Amino acid sequence: MSILGRIARTLREGPAAEPPAPVDRETAASLAGRLEAAAQVRLGRSLAISHIDAGSCGGCEIEVRALTNVIHDLERYGLTFVASPRHADVLLVTGPLTRNLVDAVEQAWTATPDPKFVVAVGDCAVDGGVFKGSYAIAGGVGTTLPVDLLISGCPPTPERILAGLRALLEANARS
Amino acid sequence: MDASALIRAAVTEPCLPWPRHILAQAEWAQMAEALADEPTPALLALWADTAHVHALLYDEAAGEPLLASTRIEAGLYPALSPNRPLSAWFERMVQDLWGHTAAGGADQRPWLDHGHWPQAHPMALRPDDLRGRSEPPEFLPVADDDLDQIPLGPIHGGIEPASHLRLTGRGESIARLEARLGYTHKGTLALIRGKSPRAAARFAARLSGEATVAHAIAFAQATEAALQAEPPPRAVALRAVMAEMERIAGHLGALGAVGKAAGFCELPARCGYHREALHRAANLAFGHRLMMDCVIPGGVAADVAPNGPDAVLGALADLAKDLLELEHLYERGPLARWLSGIGIVSASQASRFAAGGVTGRAAGRDFDARRFPGYGPYGLLALSVPVLAAGDADARTRLRLAEIGESIRLLRALLDALPPGPVSIPLPADSGEGVGFAESARGDVWHWLRLDHGQIASVFMRDPGWAHWALFEAIAPCARMADLPLIQASFDLASSGVDL
Repeated sequence: MSILGRIARTLREGPAAEPPAPVDRETAASLAGRLEAAAQVRLGRSLAISHIDAGSCGGCEIEVRALTNVIHDLERYGLTFVASPRHADVLLVTGPLTRNLVDAVEQAWTATPDPKFVVAVGDCAVDGGVFKGSYAIAGGVGTTLPVDLLISGCPPTPERILAGLRALLEANARS
Repeated sequence: MDASALIRAAVTEPCLPWPRHILAQAEWAQMAEALADEPTPALLALWADTAHVHALLYDEAAGEPLLASTRIEAGLYPALSPNRPLSAWFERMVQDLWGHTAAGGADQRPWLDHGHWPQAHPMALRPDDLRGRSEPPEFLPVADDDLDQIPLGPIHGGIEPASHLRLTGRGESIARLEARLGYTHKGTLALIRGKSPRAAARFAARLSGEATVAHAIAFAQATEAALQAEPPPRAVALRAVMAEMERIAGHLGALGAVGKAAGFCELPARCGYHREALHRAANLAFGHRLMMDCVIPGGVAADVAPNGPDAVLGALADLAKDLLELEHLYERGPLARWLSGIGIVSASQASRFAAGGVTGRAAGRDFDARRFPGYGPYGLLALSVPVLAAGDADARTRLRLAEIGESIRLLRALLDALPPGPVSIPLPADSGEGVGFAESARGDVWHWLRLDHGQIASVFMRDPGWAHWALFEAIAPCARMADLPLIQASFDLASSGVDL
């Protein structure tokens, strides 16, 4: 398709990005309560996210990466992925937290400036998922870090991850 | 006698579709020595159980895999790594999980065990209460101490799997790249032991998320071979539909990653759009965006939804329309020039490491597991497998584009003629031993398992990543520092499948 053709299509059909779904009020309200004391003063209305692999199979990464595609277009909500925990407000952690990664994950958390949030994405990050009971895992991100938001699913859909992150944003702005 | 003949001459244990040869330790040692004379058979995998060590080799000349085992004596077995460098990582893995030592092994450092598990040798009959000691990790020495060391990982900047790369070099030149993996080790093999194949399939589907369908197919086939069960034709066709969809999604992901590494945004934007459409179609057709747990031993978990085929064909039509433009975008833009001539894998490296997928085929290794007789419905579809000779990042990228086109054609043919009938059969709780394989977007995956009255007694799952990481290490010294992220993206490396 020529450039002009593509411009014409965009004018006719609008952008590929879908209209945003409504934010889950219940999650937002409960988070707002929890974060009231600290959040607004600290962060404002945009969040920088650093992804941390805590031993994921790679499935959650597919869906987290999908947030950045043109359909979900994460950045329009003020949510951006950054390349280092040092630049992040949010650590988005996937995987059951393997014992071999506990030190690295702790270091990443320490390197993240306060104030910070930890979001556990996927059944593994929530409580170890199918790998529960293995000698090689600590069993969920919560065993090592203070987790603010759990997003379950194996893997959770991009819509679900986005809903969680937007609830975090909303709660953060309201408090 | 060459190594293949030595293995074939040994007594066999029943294993389907290929027998497993039992070599006495002296014969195994002779075979290990004979490997020096010939590049074939290539080593695909080496693993163990509590009493034996097993090797899966591929005889390129005969086009046939070979299974060989030997008994562990006094905790030892003769190493294969002196003549098959790829074996070193497997030998270190066997040492860490089972405690068997490769006598004469090229490298005895720990691999998966970073010293954090509650026990050493967790798969052994009697795990050791002593912890392994491997922090801080020991890296290979570099002769010139005037060089800089750059540690990368285990946590990387992008949305990437955990791994550690230790780069040694000066300025733009690289003296050595050493990968340290094992960070994402989840104890999958130990979790599978003692489970029924249906329960264990969930773990096979989570060995590597980008190849969940391929691993589930290989695992199901190994189970079906062991039990001499035949999945219904409709299930075989639906598995192929899922596998081809996963292949397109994987290639789109890898193309996007290459574009992103080069800072060329239009390619990832386009690829991401089509990949999302494909995952949505998969969700409509099979009930899961990545088709995880949709393939089970005995068939598939559920029939395709009535509107599923149309959803898939719709996504494919959109992609097919855009494919030519994607090719132009790649070839006429700056990307093809940047990727030409970097990250070259030679033909001999490709066959020595038995490199699968586009990594091998871009370097002239004409291998695709889909061509094995009796595998899936591919025999009826006149499968075409493009092969290139250059072996560089450009060739790998071109093959991905070409394979997307071929997979679209296969999917249309498959969905046009889905055989009727049931989609799964019940499996007996019997004993047996089998091998299964599948071609994932990254290359061939191999599963071996032994069933004891319906329970899994022993299992191994070989991801193509073993060879790809080793090749990435091997070719890095020829690369410039600045090209490394691009080369890495062109290999499409992932750690979970190798970390087990």
